[in-house]
Amino acid sequence: MQKKVMTAAIVAGAVATAVAGVAAPTAANAQAKEKCYGVSLKGKNDCKAGAGTTCAGTSTVDYQGNAWTLVPTGTCVSMELPDGRKGSLTELDRDLPKA
Amino acid sequence: MSVDGQPAAPALPEFSEALLDTSLPVPSGVVGPDGKPAPKRFTVYRNNVVVSLVEAIEQTFPAVQRMIGEDYFKALAREFVVEKPPKSPVLMWYGAEFPAFLETFEPLAAYPYLADVARVEWNWLQAYHAEDAMPLSPEELAEVAPDALGNMTFKIHPAAIVVESAWPILSFVAVNRFLPDDDMAIDLKDAQSVLITRPDLDVELMLLRPGGALFLEQLRSGSTLGQAAEAASVGVENFDLSGVLTDFLSAGVFRTLAS
Repeated sequence: MQKKVMTAAIVAGAVATAVAGVAAPTAANAQAKEKCYGVSLKGKNDCKAGAGTTCAGTSTVDYQGNAWTLVPTGTCVSMELPDGRKGSLTELDRDLPKA
Repeated sequence: MSVDGQPAAPALPEFSEALLDTSLPVPSGVVGPDGKPAPKRFTVYRNNVVVSLVEAIEQTFPAVQRMIGEDYFKALAREFVVEKPPKSPVLMWYGAEFPAFLETFEPLAAYPYLADVARVEWNWLQAYHAEDAMPLSPEELAEVAPDALGNMTFKIHPAAIVVESAWPILSFVAVNRFLPDDDMAIDLKDAQSVLITRPDLDVELMLLRPGGALFLEQLRSGSTLGQAAEAASVGVENFDLSGVLTDFLSAGVFRTLAS
């Protein structure tokens, strides 16, 4: 079997192709997200303390005011929800679970 | 130890062994407010311990659960909990031994792919809890002079993990965990290796191209880009360097460049 050799030129060419290939999708992926309170269905919230804790999915009522979901930046407060509710960038005191 | 005439508290080893082995008697010193032994209270506590650990296993391995059914999984998880109780009080670290347990569990010998499916789910959780880090941007790599590229080394992103398998594990996980209504055809002869990353907040799973696992292993152990590419292209017939690099850059496999 002939031994293959990765020359510097091959490596450089591959890197150039790879970098060109991901430049566009990375820009799209980097779309900013914001925490939007009061819009998650029960059990579907992201975590208040951030990834790495286990409170994701712990909200117990729909549109719970102190639970949030990540949404694309700029879409939170304009979100239309049932019964005239709106999303909020800060915690809300509506729709809290009964103590 | 006796305080104010109260019965001595049970010794810890006796207490913890009795928690998982129902054939053992109620530990001495487990008493109700009346000072008498409280077997019912202990039984409730014993049951809660096992049930909560079984639930933790269910939540970490939802695809395996869906593949073998809820009832079977619950019974299986109970066996696991009794045989391999947690060694750490941190629940998110519980279940590391579950894939190996599946592999050696005789009644499931006809389903050899379950252990690898469980490995993907376990490592999904590890990636989820891994340290946050910004992945290397392709622009940074683009700025390196072409003749220096071969000598570059990389620090690998803390959430980047590979699970290699002889089975179609990515398809199994996708269908049973992420697309539960999809009846996609799965070819059991399709060997899949999975790349797990978390470039931002969400864990991502990606099918590795041939040689991708070897290439990443080389880079992780400190080989230069040139050495790792050489090793992968010699070791794997159809290794596609630019394809693998494209996948790695878009999935966030690299953390930083080192030279």
